[in-house]
Amino acid sequence: MEAGLSHYLAVAAVLFTIGIAGIVLNRKNIIVILMSVELILLSVNINLVAFSTHLGDLTGQVFSLFILTVAAAEAAIGLAILVAYFRNRGSIAVDDVNMMKG
Amino acid sequence: MSIASAFFYIFATLMLVSALMVIVARNPVHSVLFLILAFVNASGLFVLLGAEFLAMILVVVYVGAVAVLFLFVVMMLDVDFAALKQGFMDNVPIGLVTGAVVAAELVIVAAGWTDASVTPMRNHPIEAMSNTEALGLVLYTKHFYLFQTAGLVLLTAMIGAIVLTLRHKPGVKRQSIEAQNARTREQAVELKKAPSRAGV
Repeated sequence: MEAGLSHYLAVAAVLFTIGIAGIVLNRKNIIVILMSVELILLSVNINLVAFSTHLGDLTGQVFSLFILTVAAAEAAIGLAILVAYFRNRGSIAVDDVNMMKG
Repeated sequence: MSIASAFFYIFATLMLVSALMVIVARNPVHSVLFLILAFVNASGLFVLLGAEFLAMILVVVYVGAVAVLFLFVVMMLDVDFAALKQGFMDNVPIGLVTGAVVAAELVIVAAGWTDASVTPMRNHPIEAMSNTEALGLVLYTKHFYLFQTAGLVLLTAMIGAIVLTLRHKPGVKRQSIEAQNARTREQAVELKKAPSRAGV
């Protein structure tokens, strides 16, 4: 079967679902949660680029570039928060993040 | 089946399998390595779609920087990952339910989608030039402010990451600009009158 737009959209949808399931499955491990977020953003990028090619409009690829920028910034900030948290508490388990709980 | 389609199936299958391995792998280092594999395969998909520049950016930025950053953090933090993995089996049912709900929503949306509602609008003559050139022509003109804003986002992220992780250790000699500027000639230079042929 020739690969068309719908094939790319299906692959992106499956990848998105894997990312969502990864967040729920690894609720304790914040590193894997961050990686799942990266997977979700990647699936969105595939969607945008597939539509960009299909429509012959480069705006989708420009938008995808900005998503890559924001994803890189998000990963850097998230990991920096993680390192700062680990230095203070000696653990990165999500269950231990309850300091502000009433 | 054309070669492009064959490559599409290879890349897509490898990407989905490695994405699955990212979320089920026991060792987070393996997760990061599978994430790298997923990104490499996604960049192959981008090449198939004709977005060569984004494919290159994906390899350079993600595989070269973000994934290595993840690897760095995973290896730097001394975390008992076995303890973090303990509740994994309890989460499997709810994970499957959530995944099924999201997949069902996507299927419902896809079922209501018709190809006729999407008409190609050839705004930019993509075929006339290389992908990088075409992207540059719109990125630096039409989307210039967005481009600048993306730079600001990266600057903010850089400053934030430095502020969050910078730690001043005691006992490390550091440059003190105030002390340097406050030095006067009298503090710094001492004049000695040395008698001739006698030394100091």
